[in-house]
Amino acid sequence: MTQQEQFLQLFIFIPFLGFAISLLIPGKKETLISWTAFSVVGLHFILALVFVSYWILHGHGTLNLKEIVLYESSEYTFFVDFYFDKITAVYLCVGALLTFMVTLYSRYYMHRESGYKRFFNTILFFYFGYNLAIFSGNLETLFIGWEILGISSFLLIAFYRERYLPVKNAVKVFSIYRIGDVGLILAMWASHHLFHENITFLRLNNFDLVHEHLQTHSVIGVFISVMILISAAAKSAQLPFSSWLPRAMEGPTPSSAIFYGSLSVHLGVFLLLRTFPFWEHQLSVRLLIGGLGLLTAVITTGIARVQSSVKSQIAYSSIAQIGLIFIEVAAGFEKLALFHFAGNAFLRTYQLLVSPSVVSYLIREQFYKFSPYAKSIEDSFPKKIENTLYILCMKEWNLDSFMYRTFWIPLKSLGKKLDFLTFNRVIIFLIPAYLIGLFCVYHKDLISPSLQEYFPYLFSLIALVMVLKSFTERKLANMSWLLLIMSHFWIALAVAFNEQFSFNEIHIYLIGVAISGSLGFLCLMRLKFLEGDINLNQFHGHSYIHPKIAFMFLLACLGASGFPITPTFIGEDLIFTHIHEDQPMLAVFVSLSFIIDGLAIIRIYARIFLGPHVKSVYEMGYRSS
Amino acid sequence: MKKTDPIFDEHHVLHELKHYLPAQAPLKDFIHHNTLHAFQQLPFHKGIRRASEILGYKVSLSLSEFRNLYSEGRIAEDVLERIITKRRGRDQLIWWKEKVLTEIFEPAALPRIGSLRSNWKRLFKIDLDSLVQPTLFRILCAYLDQGISIWNFPIERQDFLGAIKEMEQNSFNSFFRNKRARNLLLNTSCEISDLLMTVVGEESLYEHYLFDQQFAHQGWSGMVSAIEDQPSTLLNPKELSFHDLVAFELLLEIDALDTHFGETWSPLALKLKERPTDLFGEVPDTELNEALTIWQEAFEWTYYDQVLSGIQIKKQEKKSIASKNFQAMFCIDDRECSLRRYLEKSDPSCETYGTPGFFGVEFFYQPVDGQFYTKVCPAPVTPKYLIKEEGSKVKRQTDIHFSKHTHSFYSGWLISQTLGFWSAVELFFNIFRPTMKPATASSFKHMHKFSKLTIENKNAADRENDLQIGFAIDEMTNRVEGLLKSIGLVKDFAPIVYVIGHGSSSVNNPHYAAYDCGACSGRAGSVNSRVISYMANHPAVRELLVARGITIPKETQFVGGLHDTTRDEVAFYDEDALSPINAEIHKKNEITFEKALDNNAKERSRKFVSINTKLSASKIHQQIRTRSVSLFEPRPELNHATNALCIVGRRELTKSVFLDRRSFLNSYDYTIDPEGTILASIVKPLGPVCGGINLEYFFSRVDNQKLGAGTKLPHNVMGLFGVANGIDGDLRPGLPSQMIEVHDPVRLLIIIEHFPNVVLQAIQKQKETYEWFINEWVKLVAVNPETHEISVFKDGGFTTYHVGNKNPEVISNLTTILESHQENLPVYLISES
Repeated sequence: MTQQEQFLQLFIFIPFLGFAISLLIPGKKETLISWTAFSVVGLHFILALVFVSYWILHGHGTLNLKEIVLYESSEYTFFVDFYFDKITAVYLCVGALLTFMVTLYSRYYMHRESGYKRFFNTILFFYFGYNLAIFSGNLETLFIGWEILGISSFLLIAFYRERYLPVKNAVKVFSIYRIGDVGLILAMWASHHLFHENITFLRLNNFDLVHEHLQTHSVIGVFISVMILISAAAKSAQLPFSSWLPRAMEGPTPSSAIFYGSLSVHLGVFLLLRTFPFWEHQLSVRLLIGGLGLLTAVITTGIARVQSSVKSQIAYSSIAQIGLIFIEVAAGFEKLALFHFAGNAFLRTYQLLVSPSVVSYLIREQFYKFSPYAKSIEDSFPKKIENTLYILCMKEWNLDSFMYRTFWIPLKSLGKKLDFLTFNRVIIFLIPAYLIGLFCVYHKDLISPSLQEYFPYLFSLIALVMVLKSFTERKLANMSWLLLIMSHFWIALAVAFNEQFSFNEIHIYLIGVAISGSLGFLCLMRLKFLEGDINLNQFHGHSYIHPKIAFMFLLACLGASGFPITPTFIGEDLIFTHIHEDQPMLAVFVSLSFIIDGLAIIRIYARIFLGPHVKSVYEMGYRSS
Repeated sequence: MKKTDPIFDEHHVLHELKHYLPAQAPLKDFIHHNTLHAFQQLPFHKGIRRASEILGYKVSLSLSEFRNLYSEGRIAEDVLERIITKRRGRDQLIWWKEKVLTEIFEPAALPRIGSLRSNWKRLFKIDLDSLVQPTLFRILCAYLDQGISIWNFPIERQDFLGAIKEMEQNSFNSFFRNKRARNLLLNTSCEISDLLMTVVGEESLYEHYLFDQQFAHQGWSGMVSAIEDQPSTLLNPKELSFHDLVAFELLLEIDALDTHFGETWSPLALKLKERPTDLFGEVPDTELNEALTIWQEAFEWTYYDQVLSGIQIKKQEKKSIASKNFQAMFCIDDRECSLRRYLEKSDPSCETYGTPGFFGVEFFYQPVDGQFYTKVCPAPVTPKYLIKEEGSKVKRQTDIHFSKHTHSFYSGWLISQTLGFWSAVELFFNIFRPTMKPATASSFKHMHKFSKLTIENKNAADRENDLQIGFAIDEMTNRVEGLLKSIGLVKDFAPIVYVIGHGSSSVNNPHYAAYDCGACSGRAGSVNSRVISYMANHPAVRELLVARGITIPKETQFVGGLHDTTRDEVAFYDEDALSPINAEIHKKNEITFEKALDNNAKERSRKFVSINTKLSASKIHQQIRTRSVSLFEPRPELNHATNALCIVGRRELTKSVFLDRRSFLNSYDYTIDPEGTILASIVKPLGPVCGGINLEYFFSRVDNQKLGAGTKLPHNVMGLFGVANGIDGDLRPGLPSQMIEVHDPVRLLIIIEHFPNVVLQAIQKQKETYEWFINEWVKLVAVNPETHEISVFKDGGFTTYHVGNKNPEVISNLTTILESHQENLPVYLISES
């Protein structure tokens, strides 16, 4: 058994190694790049086949490997954990086969495309994240994979970064992923408080343990399940998030096929399957999941039927099938769900890959078999009902504008109210305030404990206000950036009041922020020096001229948003463990500021570096292209 | 107030707009044309600079690209100096040379298009495009859809605005968010000027506003305009006028503004502080433009000089070949240029000819079970004849992956769990062992090899839908005579005369129609080649031909065929009609063809990185075939890329000159046409067809983002008639980058073998033809057939041109050069050894 477990890490390590190597190859060496990608993925595929066969023949038991403990304190451990069972096995086989074939496909397909290297970098990065997620043994590990998928999705949707629409849609999709991320963060927060440990999926299978905890904390139980559901629904494009999936079809067709046709979009299902033992006995949750799946299946089938572009049609029919898979999962038909996942993934990948053929094929069909005014089932409805439903489906049941109105407009209008915060005022007011706050942390005895109770709320609220301001800032990029970085410090301050102050933990949290913050600031100053004023009112597309600064800034963005390249990502988790279960408002403030923080960061990156280059009007496509 | 002439004339403005919008028809009828046709009444350089400043297009390579070409030696220094001297005078040579080589110019002025409408964003802080366009595109696409959606637009047999109106009247919800726009639609006649009054508010700005609005999505607007002009291009007919599009878009704009500002907002003009530059006002000359023009000309003439020096060399007089094995006619298409060379090399006793690939027979074609007629002749021609296919019983194959059942609720559930796994297998085989699939667009599917065609009309009453079925004897005779005389084949017939049309095969390629024969309206030329062969074999026709001076010996037989330019395969038709002797000869000729096709595939392969050109010809040919059916291959062939020449004359003029598949070749014998009457009819389509192809490649190459379709990799098929990026993007007319990346943007040089005064008369016969030449959208050179002296056409007359003594390199082994070079090759003389 133990030997098999040792193998698990290999499946994570190989794609990562491939990704790292692929970064080092010069962009012009197409063959070398594609060979690297192809051999890494191919090796992975063969290993997967061998391993799974061996595993099936040797009892196909559940495997678990506690990999690395990244941080340990008396009441808290953060560790990476790997896990393998039949769910992982199926996701591994489907993922490896599809990625292998699509990589091979793209070797020729992407030939001479500028961004050839970027494409394979991102595919390998994606594949690394995918494996990390499906092999994860606890929520923390899963979350790392989840984040990697989010970023690689963003990068692939915005692959054609010199056009407006891909960039706009990439930001849109990222913002919905971000909602999913926070669902996961809050689920982690609540489960820490429920189990008082960083619980592994292995232990979730222990019915007595789960049952015992849930009995006393049924509300938290439901809360965790709902958060998991939100996360899964966002990733798998279920209602009300569905409209992102067709909009993600902006990259080269193979990447759309593998991401949005198959692997990425089925990870919501994976999350549900993985956490099934946890919510299995919560009937209300099962009904909710099944109901959501059913509703999604019905509504998106209707939307798929009116689509007149081939990719959006495939996207919506895939969502409908995933809705059905949600029902299957909720009903406990795990094997059926896995089977359905595999079939749907293969089918949609292939359909997307052959989608350009649809013109010659269907036109020929039409030429020989045309019947004018073909009827469909809807034509038997009363006309008024038919028209109404048709308009609703055409407008995608207003899902897209719903997301816009529910999430963006309130943020924007809130942010507008903060217009009085100018750069100078921010500096003049907030820095002394922060120093006072800091002083108070060291001298808690000077302040009455009842007053102290409110401090975390106040400070986290300030943090929230700062990211809001940063998110809606239209003029100064560096001010927006500064606000973002400072908000982390306020959060740290807030939590410092909440607990026995531990330098160590705050350091872990802030060191990454500080480094990436300064790096980002330097990039912005450099760009300002080279290009003059940079506002956030429009896309500037500076990566066209300054790809290196763009890359450095992207790294800074990743670091600052708690991406697992700096210790900050452990810090974020730590921060949450210090929020008590009776402080839901604090959890809301902090998680909200994390969501908006991520959005604001990606917004700055997109606005400054992506989109049509403003100074090369004649070289760029027009906006709606 | 006294009524004055309105400043805004709706009819006129819409007409103008349609003129400037892209004219590309739906994908299945993709026909090459001059992308900037709206500027063709101006001289080339002036026209394209205007297009650039007004509409924001990039119209030539950039300075740095030209300078790179110069440093690579692909623009010759002496030519550059010559051009500068000619344009700027000798005294400014040094100054201008310095300028074009090193100066950093002021960047070009911002395009005028969009400058008015952008004020919504600047002054009103509203992003009208994002609010209006996605909805607009979606509704247009749903209305026009040809067969992607499962649930079709619910209102049938109605024009667009009428259909929307009917839906609005009879539903519980609305496409609009507010009442006003909906009421305007339901209760008024939606006059464009009224709507503009609300939105813009000042009549003098209407025209500019509409241009801004429509050019913000020129793909969709152009498509609507093209469909309005030729409704039959959609098999499933739709009534969508350009007027309706504009009116509906204005309604959506009003609705978006209402949503944003409430019911009261001031029209655009009210807040406008300064008027935008007059859209069509004079475009000032700039130094940058002059430099670009110099570079463009120098680039072109560097190449033209090579060609002309090859052409002007007097070749040996035609050795009369005692016994010819065969003669073969091909399309003038540049892709046939090398195949002809290899045929002549494999069998020196053959002759080849080039002529537009519909072979002078114009008709509609209806295959067995076909529900529609397909036009198979040049686009501007409207045939009066119909040819029907009969007797083929081949069943079409289907592919369930395109079935709509995969998108429905329960069958989708079943299919995804069954077929889904089959998809993985299919994908696997498609990657490792690509083969012909039902989804492949193949030229051989155009007409079945063993079917019968209704070519002869014996009864004038035999008609269908106002078309005569088949041709009568005299109609046939006219066409055969016309064809043979135009190519100069009036005597010395070989036992077999092949007439080879062409088509292509590709998969996963929405632009498949652009790869087929342009002279057959983007279809394969197989039916035409069979039809003309039948006519020429007809005894009654031959009898009549004798009286017209063409005696075809009894032994001579015409055989139709089809060359698939992607796969390099040839199919012959009606072979069983050959006489036993000819059947023997044909058998030998087939081997010649096979060999030539292998070699042709090898020559083509040098531009494909994935194929090793050093392999044997037959091995390469196999890889080329595989390539044509590979899903993952965005370049099944390179189509017309690199085209630059069109040579009208006898084969002897070009036979020993290596033109690197860059030339259209139209056979023509000046000796049988001293007056130039045949020449006039040959010249007429050269501009629109060859010039159109050339300029479409030219502009798609220099501005692939705005005049081309961009990279095809992210394309999404919309309604079966267009492609767009993503789901909300504008339609992308023009050619994708994969088709044009190896193309050198030079104008077509037409070389005609005749006396300059005859050529001049021929091109002046028709005004539209002459426009192409006098405005230099194609370049023209006449070669004196007796002295081989070269004259260049400029400003309405021919002047003698001396290429100088830069004779092209003579080579004996072409293969080694082909194997070691990927880029465009210079002109060589091939020695006869």
